[in-house]
Amino acid sequence: MITELEMGKAESELELGLGLSLGGGTASKIVKPGGGGAWGERGRLLTAKDFPSVGSKRAADSASHAGASPPRSSSQVVGWPPIGSHRMNSLVNNQATKKEDDGKKKAKDDETKDVTKKVNGKVQVGFIKVNMDGVAIGRKVDLNAHSSYENLAQTLEDMFFRSSPGTIGLTGQFTKPLRLLDGPSEFVLTYEDKEGDWMLVGDVPWRMFITSVKRLRVMKTSEANGLAARHQEPKERHKPV
Amino acid sequence: MDLRLPSKVLEHILSFVDSNEDRNSVSLVCKSWFETERRTRKRVIVRNCYAVTPEAVARRFPEMRSLTLKGKPHFADYNLVPDGWGGYAWPWIEAMAAKCPSLEELRLKRMVVTDECLEKIAASFKDFKVLVLTSCEGFSTDGLAAIAVACSNLRELELRECIVEDLGGDWLSYFPETLTSLVSLDFSCLDSEVKLSDLERLVSRSPNLKSLKLNRAVSLDALGSLLRLAPQLVELGTGSFSDKLDQEAVSKLSQAFSEMKELKSLSGLWDVLPEYIPLLYSVCPGLTSLNLSYATVQMPDLVELLTRCSNLQKLWVMDLIEDKGLQVVASSCKELRELRVFPSGAEGLNDTNVAMTEQGLVSVSEGCPNLESVLYFCVQFTNAAMVTIARNRPNLKCFRLCVMEPFAPDHKTQKPLDEGFKAIAERCKDLQRLSVSGLLTDKAFEYIGTHGKKLRMLSIAFAGDSDLMLHHLLSGCESLNKLEIRDCPFGDTALLENAAKLETMRSLWMSSCCVSFGACKLLSQKMPKLNVEVIDEHPLETRPDSSPVERIYIYRTLAGPRLDMPEFVWTIQKNPEIGVSHLAIK
Repeated sequence: MITELEMGKAESELELGLGLSLGGGTASKIVKPGGGGAWGERGRLLTAKDFPSVGSKRAADSASHAGASPPRSSSQVVGWPPIGSHRMNSLVNNQATKKEDDGKKKAKDDETKDVTKKVNGKVQVGFIKVNMDGVAIGRKVDLNAHSSYENLAQTLEDMFFRSSPGTIGLTGQFTKPLRLLDGPSEFVLTYEDKEGDWMLVGDVPWRMFITSVKRLRVMKTSEANGLAARHQEPKERHKPV
Repeated sequence: MDLRLPSKVLEHILSFVDSNEDRNSVSLVCKSWFETERRTRKRVIVRNCYAVTPEAVARRFPEMRSLTLKGKPHFADYNLVPDGWGGYAWPWIEAMAAKCPSLEELRLKRMVVTDECLEKIAASFKDFKVLVLTSCEGFSTDGLAAIAVACSNLRELELRECIVEDLGGDWLSYFPETLTSLVSLDFSCLDSEVKLSDLERLVSRSPNLKSLKLNRAVSLDALGSLLRLAPQLVELGTGSFSDKLDQEAVSKLSQAFSEMKELKSLSGLWDVLPEYIPLLYSVCPGLTSLNLSYATVQMPDLVELLTRCSNLQKLWVMDLIEDKGLQVVASSCKELRELRVFPSGAEGLNDTNVAMTEQGLVSVSEGCPNLESVLYFCVQFTNAAMVTIARNRPNLKCFRLCVMEPFAPDHKTQKPLDEGFKAIAERCKDLQRLSVSGLLTDKAFEYIGTHGKKLRMLSIAFAGDSDLMLHHLLSGCESLNKLEIRDCPFGDTALLENAAKLETMRSLWMSSCCVSFGACKLLSQKMPKLNVEVIDEHPLETRPDSSPVERIYIYRTLAGPRLDMPEFVWTIQKNPEIGVSHLAIK
């Protein structure tokens, strides 16, 4: 077992060699507990005292030690034990199932989903997915960049009607404008709201719409039964479900 | 007299040289060999996507057919790399689309792949055949639909442990009826249910299908009909193995399994009920690879299964196997080469699972003469066990021991585990990969530095006492390529003294250690061919040089500092305002 004295000696030898000044209280020490394996109070990496300018915001949930005091059990340490996230989720689910605690398991599943949505490289606030019937690839549109339904409809028409180089499967074959919002058309614009219901676009004020929309779908009019019948009068088509 | 080999002749000779290591040597002989080699290389592997620019790679290897890329450092698997760090696939795909449109295969590991990337692949590479994404994230099932619909010669689509935004299972229905070339499909990491009829139709029109790995949502009942459509499978990943089936369905499933004469690899088996284990008996003798790491199979059932697997070479299992189960492995699976034992969390990560100890691994090391790769999670270990294992298996190439309690000593003698790892390093002369754990002093690393001459990758956590540890490793391990360290009490001195070593390695990761801000700056100043990234979520401008940084990631690069660094990554090039080091320069 290395004693404090030996450790101090080793450090000072190295210190002299390189002329580095690690500062008074900043040299870290991990003091090993006497016998058992518990990583308790005595395991001290660094404390806020050593680094007055560094905050301790992440003290509670991470092993990043500027300002943190060590967690009491290994399961609270970030990334420990070193198991990949898929396996970790499975593990937690197993434990939760064992405890017959469905609520807990569901919470974990939701958590996983949150992580899924978050790790897209960029945070895309205001972007929602748009799919069009018959087109394999969905696109994304930034609602915050639009001020009205007409605006949005124009963007969608440009996106799907005018095919650009490098994209495939888009509606190059349609010769008429989509005219999503008014008049008879092959397509209608629908959206899924926060409750999971599919509605025709255009009935609520724009501001209300952008807070409740989850995703958009350019649906074939013939498919949109329940939302609008094929031979209905144009104005009747806009009845919400 | 011109003694040069005509380039046509050299090209012909090179067509027999497959290994990239050999091709790298060939390209160093002289300029004309370099030229011939680069124009004929088909398979390119870049193990750090920031070590070189995509344009440079595309320019150098115009005939590239297969590209393999790795992005984030390994510790990203354990959430130690913050989101948004980097590893974007887009610049690579864009460059290849422009310069190497004949690209057929793309294998990406730990990279951020967006739906736009997948759409670009689908649109740009006319003969695209293989897409393998391992531990990638950033895309949704819509991106998969784009690949499915457009790649008419697709052979392999494999998603291994990816994080995918799952918008539903209809991506699978986008495979056109004309696609009959599928050899391998792995969607085991997705959550949503795919339409069974689409899957069945896809399988029936894929006569070359050899590998099928289903996701958990595929029921046991569905499995039966799929197996009947594809008895030729060599690799199978089942879905959930837990529906209640009636007697007729069970016997049909049993029949389906017994028809699978080519099956060599089995995985999946989520939630497997004990009464269904016998369904697998007929395929066991043929298996070379068995992954039970998601299957909560308990002991007696495991034994029944494993005694029948006499040809097994690779076994992944949870610690539910216990020492007793590993004894069975030792006596039944004589061909075993690779063993991985994962924690089941059966009794909580902190509690001692007395049924699985170091003894299990000792038995396997005694009974399995070909054992060369081990990953073992357990609660405690002893030096004596490691000494025995090393003596039994000097042929070990990969030894990763994870004692889950940080700083846990030898549980019989209470001493550090230095002597155990010494034995491993000393006796296993071909050891290439090592992960250490438990209570370890600087001595352990002195031994590793002295003996680990072939060691290429080393992972360390909660260990050592001082800078000596790092110094031993960097100065002793001649073949060291990747070093990753977390929560160890040192940094500056050893790092700066061995700075030159860092150019001979692919990368060094250190997190929650004691590397000071000043040392990072100094290292950056001294070593322009390295990217020294400080990854720290607190602002650095006002930090004193002596303050430690949260994480550093250092890697050699020809590409210079990268242009896509997020706010929390600091380098002296990106952040000149942080100034130069005030530490005394030796």
